[in-house]
Amino acid sequence: MEGSLPKPYIILHIINIGELVLKQVYNGTISYMQIMDEFGSLDMSLFPKDVDDNKILDMYRWMSFARALDAKALSLQRQGRAVTYAPILGQEATQIGSALAMGDNDFFVPNFRQHGVFLARGLSLEAFFIYWRGYEEGSTVGKGVNAVSYIVPVATQLPHAVGIAYALKYKNAGGAVVTYVGDGGTSEGNFYEAMNFAGVMKAPVVFIIENNGWAISMPRSKQTMTATLAQKAIAAGIPAIQVDGNDVIAVYKATKDAIANSANGPFVIECLTYRMSMHTTADDPTKYRSDEEVAAWKDKDPILRIKAYLMKKNLWSDKQESEMADAQLKQIDDALEKAEAFKPDPKSMFENLYSFMPDVLKEEMDAAEAAGYWQSGLQAKEVDGK
Amino acid sequence: MMTNMVGALNNALDLILAENKNAVVLGEDIGKDGGVFRVTDGLYEKYGELRVMDTPLSEAGIIGVSVGMALAGMLPIPEIQFAGFMYLAFDQLINHAARYRSRSRSTKSVPMIVRTPVSGGVRTLEHHSDSPEEYYSHVGGLIVVEPSNPYDAKGLLIKAAHMNDPVLFLEPTKLYRLFKQEVPDNMYEIPIGKADVVKQGDDLTIVTWGTMVPVVKNAVENKGTNAEIIDLRTINPLDENTIIKSVKKTGRAMIVHEAQLSFGAGAEIAARIADKAIFELQAPVTRVASASLPYPFPGYEQFYIPNEMKVSQAIDRIMSV
Repeated sequence: MEGSLPKPYIILHIINIGELVLKQVYNGTISYMQIMDEFGSLDMSLFPKDVDDNKILDMYRWMSFARALDAKALSLQRQGRAVTYAPILGQEATQIGSALAMGDNDFFVPNFRQHGVFLARGLSLEAFFIYWRGYEEGSTVGKGVNAVSYIVPVATQLPHAVGIAYALKYKNAGGAVVTYVGDGGTSEGNFYEAMNFAGVMKAPVVFIIENNGWAISMPRSKQTMTATLAQKAIAAGIPAIQVDGNDVIAVYKATKDAIANSANGPFVIECLTYRMSMHTTADDPTKYRSDEEVAAWKDKDPILRIKAYLMKKNLWSDKQESEMADAQLKQIDDALEKAEAFKPDPKSMFENLYSFMPDVLKEEMDAAEAAGYWQSGLQAKEVDGK
Repeated sequence: MMTNMVGALNNALDLILAENKNAVVLGEDIGKDGGVFRVTDGLYEKYGELRVMDTPLSEAGIIGVSVGMALAGMLPIPEIQFAGFMYLAFDQLINHAARYRSRSRSTKSVPMIVRTPVSGGVRTLEHHSDSPEEYYSHVGGLIVVEPSNPYDAKGLLIKAAHMNDPVLFLEPTKLYRLFKQEVPDNMYEIPIGKADVVKQGDDLTIVTWGTMVPVVKNAVENKGTNAEIIDLRTINPLDENTIIKSVKKTGRAMIVHEAQLSFGAGAEIAARIADKAIFELQAPVTRVASASLPYPFPGYEQFYIPNEMKVSQAIDRIMSV
């Protein structure tokens, strides 16, 4: 019966009622893009015109840098020199591909796991370590960096991205906002509200869904019944694509194209990647996922494939690798040294709450300072820092 | 001009939009419709849809998008249609608007004015009559303002627009059109964080705000009590100095608010009086407030909100000690 119907009609099966023939009023599809496969082979039909081997080398260096930074932060936490940390292991292609697609005018709004984007966008590494050692002074982002700091409550940063995008458009400042959300975050109301707002405002914003398969212990398959996360954009009337999130070139191209078209409105990119490590350092993933699953994703490691490409083309050597690693580690260690020298000033908690100092707050601050009990906290911190 | 609070607020918004090209008004039905209470009437026609924006029905979206606009150098003035619907945006206010300046050590700020009608007494449906000032005052980082007359409403709104902070601007629905007052046509500011001594007196200090200001004034006038009445105007940050100075003079203190009694702002004020002026007190501090219950259906509100009789009886009690 289905075959004999004219195209815009579908058969709707309704339980206990039977078959109804109804006019089809909407039909959406989501496409998938991969450019570099797991073995480092390229699909030249999709290969972006602005990427050459130098750019691929650049991507490789940034991804390696992000991985080295992540390993350092993780080890600091294990030594008690950093607070709870959210690793990015395995997600470097999604982060570096999208970061390198952004231009100077573009604005970055993260959640709490985009260390690779921050790195490639020029955030000070010192600020990175100050943040993850537990001080607000590390979320100052720095002058000239079009970004805000990490946002922890899941998906609540997305409406901010839309508001910033509206402001860019209103002020004719050019540029787009690129913001990130995880697979779990797409279940939040703020995700839908932000997409819906962006749609009606035609805001120049690119939503990147960093689908790493797990929201702490909740697998993607139990998070939502939709076949893709990208298709959630269809409900907001926003175009979307799904890409191989471990393919840095595909992520780069998708983000670049979305930014280039952002004057026409928002875009959603779902990046299929994998959280090879734990949710945070407070999490033990062996409780809820199998070693086999993790092992299968190791073969799809985003750094392995780009390195395979570079080696195949004789663009990279072991010597270059070790020189790069040494240089990156030195930058990381220098920044860490500065960050560990940071001394907190308890008054800064009070002095930055408002644009002015209310009498009642000043009284609390002065009383606390006069009482002297901050001294023990300051001394204890110095010991911890060593 | 002689105008009510709606007119005064409308005039203030007009002046703010004219003065600051980065100021935008946004919310549900605030454009062509002029807002359900008509506070934004005529602004859409005058400033256009880029600056006076009808938004989707999305409270968390409205406040979250406003936070983003503010971060990018604009002055968003969102309206939430009723305070009872603002809890959907609670996260954006508490987790972001309140914290952004402090968590970025003043490298970012969120200048915005969230306008919303509060309190009851006008026989509206469920969820349209909440008095939520304590929730927002508790967190720190949000300035909470509540005018009780047209003159203050205009001056406080203009002052809020000239600050670099998130301000919750609570507008008592009952007072929107209750009375008119002479309001200057020009721009003027009423200080934020400063209470107003609306009546001088020697025997009793009554601290109140919002809908309870006219109730307290009537009770005091009808009884002929020599009471000092303080209209708080700003709930957070609290103008403790004005309160303590008055209580030290009168020796008696009463706090009157429409929000629920338990854990209300009255408790905060009473504790501060105890801390700073207990040895000057001639009687225990008294609170008059709504019952410790969620706001009832309109059929019950006259049993719930403090009225002149309740205030009057409390005055008798405190003056008899």
